[in-house]
Amino acid sequence: MKAWMTAGALALATLMTACDSGPTTPEVVVYTSRGDHLIKPVFDAYTAETGVRVRYITDNDAALLTRLESEGAQSPADLLITVDAGNLWQAAERGLLQPVDNAELKRAVPAHLRDSELRWFGETVRARTLVYATERVQPEQLSTYEALAEPEWQGRLCLRTSKKVYNQSLVATLIERLGEPEAERVVRGWISNLATDVFANDNAVMDAIAAGQCDVGIVNTYYFGRMLRDKPTLPLKLFWANQGDGESGVHVNISGAGVTAHAPHRDEAEKLMVWMSQRQAQSLLADGNLEYPVNPDVPAAAEVQAWGHFRADNLNVEVAGQRQVDAVKLMDRAGYR
Amino acid sequence: MAFSSWRQALIQRLPALLVGALALVVLAPMLVLALAWRGDESEVWQHLADTVLWTLAGNTLLLLVGVGLGVLLLGVGLAWLVSTQEFPGRRFFDWALLLPLAMPAYVLAFVAVDLLDYSGPLQSLLRSAWPDFSGLNVRRAPLVILTLSLVLYPYVYMLARTAFLAQGRTLLEQARLLGLRPRQAFWRVALPMARPAIVAGLALALMEALADFGAVSVFNFDTLTTAIYKSWYGLFNLNAAAQLASLLLVLVLMLLGLEAAARGRARYAEGSSRPSQRRRLPGAWPWLLTLLAALVFAAAFAVPLGRLLYWVATSAWRDLDQRYVGLVGRTLMLGAGAAAVTVTLALLMGYVRRHRARRWVPAAVRIATLGYALPGSVLAVGIVMSFSALDRSVHQWFGIGPLLMGGVLALVLAYVVRFLAVAHGSVDAAFERVRPRLVDAARVLGASPWQVVRRVYVPLLTPGLLAAFLLVLIDVMKEMPATLLLRPFGWDTLSVRIYEMTAEGEWARAALPSLTLVLVGLLPVYLLMRRIRQANR
Repeated sequence: MKAWMTAGALALATLMTACDSGPTTPEVVVYTSRGDHLIKPVFDAYTAETGVRVRYITDNDAALLTRLESEGAQSPADLLITVDAGNLWQAAERGLLQPVDNAELKRAVPAHLRDSELRWFGETVRARTLVYATERVQPEQLSTYEALAEPEWQGRLCLRTSKKVYNQSLVATLIERLGEPEAERVVRGWISNLATDVFANDNAVMDAIAAGQCDVGIVNTYYFGRMLRDKPTLPLKLFWANQGDGESGVHVNISGAGVTAHAPHRDEAEKLMVWMSQRQAQSLLADGNLEYPVNPDVPAAAEVQAWGHFRADNLNVEVAGQRQVDAVKLMDRAGYR
Repeated sequence: MAFSSWRQALIQRLPALLVGALALVVLAPMLVLALAWRGDESEVWQHLADTVLWTLAGNTLLLLVGVGLGVLLLGVGLAWLVSTQEFPGRRFFDWALLLPLAMPAYVLAFVAVDLLDYSGPLQSLLRSAWPDFSGLNVRRAPLVILTLSLVLYPYVYMLARTAFLAQGRTLLEQARLLGLRPRQAFWRVALPMARPAIVAGLALALMEALADFGAVSVFNFDTLTTAIYKSWYGLFNLNAAAQLASLLLVLVLMLLGLEAAARGRARYAEGSSRPSQRRRLPGAWPWLLTLLAALVFAAAFAVPLGRLLYWVATSAWRDLDQRYVGLVGRTLMLGAGAAAVTVTLALLMGYVRRHRARRWVPAAVRIATLGYALPGSVLAVGIVMSFSALDRSVHQWFGIGPLLMGGVLALVLAYVVRFLAVAHGSVDAAFERVRPRLVDAARVLGASPWQVVRRVYVPLLTPGLLAAFLLVLIDVMKEMPATLLLRPFGWDTLSVRIYEMTAEGEWARAALPSLTLVLVGLLPVYLLMRRIRQANR
């Protein structure tokens, strides 16, 4: 009973201390779906350089968008930082972001990796490509994402669930390039070639290939890089897909940022976004997660470059957003869980 | 004089009014969800009906039946063992069997997949012994059901155990004197007497299973909850997601209706509660019981804990820094604070339902405990929407704000809405055991309602209240979606860290916050079980 009273008093005290006083130092408030361990070093560097305090909340994309939307004009958020163009496109569509016309930003971020109306900009680039078992597959046997639907891969393919936005974006691009009927044929082909039920994440796909359950899969390169760090002798290799003449190039996506529609510290948010597109932050952002910098003047980490060079798909990443719903429905129809 | 009688009347009515207010708070997020029906989302419905909906409904039903049977078998069986049988290690298992409560479902799910998958140690070993061993598929219903049962049986175990202990010796002795065998005494006396507690625990476990998203997504096992997330994350249609969620609620209401119907008008009250004499079976039987308890304990707790420890020892310890002190502190503070508030409200509800019952009270109580059945993030979204709307109107009228969003109060309220059912289940089962005559006597002697609660109920209810406090505390510590969405800046907790790591697929790194969470959960389980034991003396 006494302990109970104490807990109650504690709870009250907690509630009392929750109201903090207004800030005196300049600050910027960020909603982000990048985990604390990835984003904090970047913000710490910014604070060290400029003295501007960065306050942030991490959560998943859909939840952050919903929160922004319901807070409306009262939202404390200045900047939204998320992964996958589909999410950024969605935020812009719902009027949660405002355009930022900044020459420095436009120079740093290539046109196909930002919103055509300048409401969001890429920060890092991630490639989603093929990974194969070096013991059982020759690279000559591999060519494109589409070719994984051919009968020769019957019972040899492993995939991650269609619930992950990365696969939704990949299929969205297929729809854009091939048209819906052909894209559906490809996805159905993948499903009929599956060695086993789809997995919850990319790591599980690679584990399964390494263990011999299947021979080839589709993963984001940074998952491969992370796994290689833990297990350097892994019998797996990346294969850059769709590199032939007239083929689309490797499917890429971005993590990116946009200034919120009702940002209380609009100018501070813009400054932070510009800073993130420049050399020091680009390296921090990209290397911290083994991704590629969005700024073409900044080289990727040596570890990342060691996987070889590739031609990326130059389709505007907005497509991932525009076609996402179609992609999800197509995958449902094709029985891609 | 008139004034004092008016005040008297108010004091008399206050508890009931509070319960009504509580129901309104819980109702607000649900109303927001219900508003989603204004939108016409027939296109999404059509799409779901054409593709996945029936599979998902079937899977959900399978999961409910499987987990229901699983938690009953484990929960009731083990509770009966520790409260009536004597076997080596009983005192340890008595509280240790509750520990799986501290193991979040998504963590156990991941460990299970990691250990049992094709690429995991077990199947690799089998393949090296028999090269033509083709492998088992772990992404199927049986393992999902087993995992959820191992995580959720403590709800039933805890409530059933409290009930069995409270039945005391007299009852069973009388049953035996009347010529019943021990087994008959269990089926005909002990079990029916403990039914309210068992059903309360079962209802909690089923609601949890229905709302689970973390564990099923590790297995990629699709349920109705999956459809909610598909509509929201994939089709960007929050309206359709909310409609689906409110259908899920209807399903829960039906479940609860069944429970109420099953319980009927039966009321249970206690005889004397001298603690039972535990029986010691002859020969090697006691050791077999030890083995049984040890198996469950190993599968649900010891093995996954070992796996987490291994990950932390080999790699994840690098993330350990002084910030963990803050994470642990905030996790505990939120848990204890929210648990205290929630249990207090549950106590009030239990009292009002029995003694100040206006006609609308039972309905209000039902509504107030619905929050648990909603998938956490759906409820969180409902809360964000309703709180933001409130903030907006306050801002409009008074020019101040935001009052709720971004403050700790919003988060604590969210926990109350979500976990009131947990506290209510345990407290209400305890109420069932208070003899109405005692209360009547106190009322006749002129005690006020508050005095009745304080001097009659609280002493008698202490074990149940402590149990409720413990369940809610652990639940709040494990809670993820509402914590993520509603925490104020800088209020990260252990479950936030777990989310950040798992979202990136870094399960080995997530082992550190997961392990910390489990270890932090050990302490309250141990302490409260000791207190409950004393209170039962």
